[in-house]
Amino acid sequence: MNGNVLLKMDDVSKTFPGVKALSGVNFTLRKGEVHALMGENGAGKSTLIKVLTGVHAMDKGVVKLNGRLITAKSPQEAQMLGISTVYQEINLCPNLSVAENLYIGRVPKRRGSIDWKRMNEDSERLLKRLNLNLDVKQPLSDFSVAIQQMVAIARAVDMSSGVLILDEPTSSLDNQEVQQLFDVMRKLRDEGMGIVFVTHFLDQVYDITDRITILRNGALVGEYETSKLSKSSLVSNMIGREWREEDEHRKKEQSYTSEVTMSTQALTRAGSVKPVSLSVKKGEVVGLAGLLGSGRSEFANLIFGIDQSDSGILTLGSETFQSMNPKKAIRKGVGFCPEDRKVAGIVGELTIRENIVLALQAKKGIFNYIPLKKQQEIARKFIELLRIKTPSMEQRIDNLSGGNQQKVILARWLATEPSLLILDEPTRGIDVGSKGEIRKLILDLAKSGLSILIISSELQEMIECADRIVVLRDRMQVGEISGDHMTETNIMKMIAEGGGSHEQYSQTGS
Amino acid sequence: MSSIRKRAASIMHTKIIWPITALAAILLFNLFFVPGFFNIEIKNGHLFGSLIDILNRAAPIMVIAIGMTLVIAKEGIDISVGSVLAIAGAVAISLLGVVPLWLAIVAALIVGVLCGLWNGLLIAYLGIQPMVGTLILMTVGRGIAQLITEGKVLTTDDKAFGFIGKGFFLGLPFSIFIAAFVFLFVLYLKKRTALGLFLEATGTNKISSEYAGVEPRKIYLFVYIVCGLCAAIAGLLVSSNISSADANNAGLWIELDAILAVVIGGTSMRGGRFFLAGTVIGALFIQSLTTTIYSMGVPPERIMVVKAIVVIVVSLMQSDRFRRVFQQKNKQAVAG
Ligand SMILES: Nc1ncnc2c1ncn2[C@@H]1O[C@H](COP(=O)(O)OP(=O)(O)O)[C@@H](O)[C@H]1O
Ligand SMILES: [Mg+2]
Repeated sequence: MNGNVLLKMDDVSKTFPGVKALSGVNFTLRKGEVHALMGENGAGKSTLIKVLTGVHAMDKGVVKLNGRLITAKSPQEAQMLGISTVYQEINLCPNLSVAENLYIGRVPKRRGSIDWKRMNEDSERLLKRLNLNLDVKQPLSDFSVAIQQMVAIARAVDMSSGVLILDEPTSSLDNQEVQQLFDVMRKLRDEGMGIVFVTHFLDQVYDITDRITILRNGALVGEYETSKLSKSSLVSNMIGREWREEDEHRKKEQSYTSEVTMSTQALTRAGSVKPVSLSVKKGEVVGLAGLLGSGRSEFANLIFGIDQSDSGILTLGSETFQSMNPKKAIRKGVGFCPEDRKVAGIVGELTIRENIVLALQAKKGIFNYIPLKKQQEIARKFIELLRIKTPSMEQRIDNLSGGNQQKVILARWLATEPSLLILDEPTRGIDVGSKGEIRKLILDLAKSGLSILIISSELQEMIECADRIVVLRDRMQVGEISGDHMTETNIMKMIAEGGGSHEQYSQTGS
Repeated sequence: MSSIRKRAASIMHTKIIWPITALAAILLFNLFFVPGFFNIEIKNGHLFGSLIDILNRAAPIMVIAIGMTLVIAKEGIDISVGSVLAIAGAVAISLLGVVPLWLAIVAALIVGVLCGLWNGLLIAYLGIQPMVGTLILMTVGRGIAQLITEGKVLTTDDKAFGFIGKGFFLGLPFSIFIAAFVFLFVLYLKKRTALGLFLEATGTNKISSEYAGVEPRKIYLFVYIVCGLCAAIAGLLVSSNISSADANNAGLWIELDAILAVVIGGTSMRGGRFFLAGTVIGALFIQSLTTTIYSMGVPPERIMVVKAIVVIVVSLMQSDRFRRVFQQKNKQAVAG
């Protein structure tokens, strides 16, 4: 058991201004295992990885790789020692080609100049290993977030020798892609590699990992063998109180009225959304289900005016609109939490307070400035209401963990007092505890009269929250279910049927 | 005790400490090596001396750098400010005597706004890269100024116009009051309207800002217009100071001084947070440096080199990464 220890971290501590992110944490990784690192948002998982790989310097503690003391001062050094990492945030260059991204910093050379042919061939071979067939000469930005993530993983897999770290790599992948990734991980594990895997999907933990280390509030809770730890004790250990799976399956009482907040009639955009007609009533939660690329987010973008519709009518309250833009949408009482929190949600350099008041200020207009006092009042109110974990509202938002960032974005919209809130993957990449909180919040908001349109890849989540689920498939509305008919099986059936042939999610460009 | 240390640490983290240090250093240098640098005389109720001279000469740089700060905060740049300065000067002086003074001034300012509008439209609405977009006006602008002056160096002896860049008010150069007014006005926009928030938000993350209802293009257009207006004000200061409009040489390379002032002041070329007070001090530093080098009698051909070295050092100090490397080295040295 100790003979094959690959990596050992002992008594590691790290403090950020105002936050003790890690205190005296031990962590052991063995050869040929997949080791889950679990904990709520802000528990310190990413920080543990970042001190290991030299992104941050640790205050205290030692790291041994194959029994030898190491101190990586930068990710490059860690890389040279054989530790490669895919960070939570994708760190690639969108305007370089896929091949360039795979070989950046280590391009194959021939007689002093770049050997493009070999680089492209090697890239293709490398991606084949992950069952990916891409045109490696295309710029990375032509591909979906999921594919970009797979490219990052391919690069790390290729460069790693011994230790591979994956910090929430699956949050933007669909089921099929997750399985692809798991196949690769199993292969690498069997070759003797040690893999650290951070995820918030419990099923994935039981699917792929051999061992689990749990952190809570920066401290070690314990290390367990996956097969011997039940789901409920795993979650209880993470959140620090009793948790039963049944708690998650509360059935929702209906609270909506007959008044319609938003409706669309054959809203269409060529190449992106085929005619969709649906309505959301006051206090109603409507779910949009479908596979990745089925047109769910694209539809949300039409309502909020990120994209323009070609035809069809959008009605908000009693007004109808031919065209829309975000500012107008906000003025008309729409709020929108976009899918990609980092790219389209947070404004990284700004503080929590500024991020919260941003949309409200935009709604009021540039000259109708919200005085600082009032801003602080609003920020304080929502930090308390949503239980945002931060030492101060003047912290930069990018110092927060994912779940807390998401709460700030929610706060941003609640501050505008919307009548319709569109939530695109509101709990993606968020831990179980915060997930539960956000779901409860959605239900409470609906009860108080807010209309909600929710998109989630976790069907169970939508079933719990929604009064009604509209199913999209291949950019087309294929059906609708409500009440007791809302089960995962029924939804999957509807997604699968509808058009006959079982098309696969296409992976060529976007 | 620890609170003092914390406060000290937070001061070290505020960006303004670096331009202030740089300015203090150059003044200290002058105290020891340039005799009479700090002498201030009173002649006819006006103050005279090197320091006053620096203030007066720094005014145009300051005004332009303030406009430039906004443009850089949105992750842009405006290299046409020197040309706009020349155009505005040419417009004002060629109109003097033809129309009333106030109209000549207003016309020059309007031309500045139009120049900014042009830049803004190219960049915000046609999506041309800022460097390329403003390069157009930078090159064409001098030609336009030439057309206005009909290829000559126009001069004026209008006393009232001369007051703008040469006059004294309450014992101090009038130009410095104009610079102060521009500073306060833009500071007001930043602190008392949502411009500061919107500009810092779009400069940091354009997409997120758009999703939050901010209209980045309008913000961009606005900051280029303000920058053009600032360049026109500087054009009035400069042409009034030398009582002439020189299409070729007025404001030549001033964009470089302005950009440096912004960067030294702590605003990052990557956009986002911006620091108006930092910019003002940065501009004062650059003018002090120039004046010092002149008064040391450094041969003109070496002036650029000396300036370059000093600027490199200050910019390095301003870089977080450089400081971190430097601090780590220090720590190691202490530990080892
Ligand atoms: N660069 C940073 N500066 C300040 N605080 C940080 C920074 N990075 C993380 N933190 C804080 O450290 C704690 C642990 O965060 P993190 O390691 O990201 O958690 P996890 O990955 O488990 O969600 C959080 O409270 C977070 O706000
Ligand atoms: Mg994390």
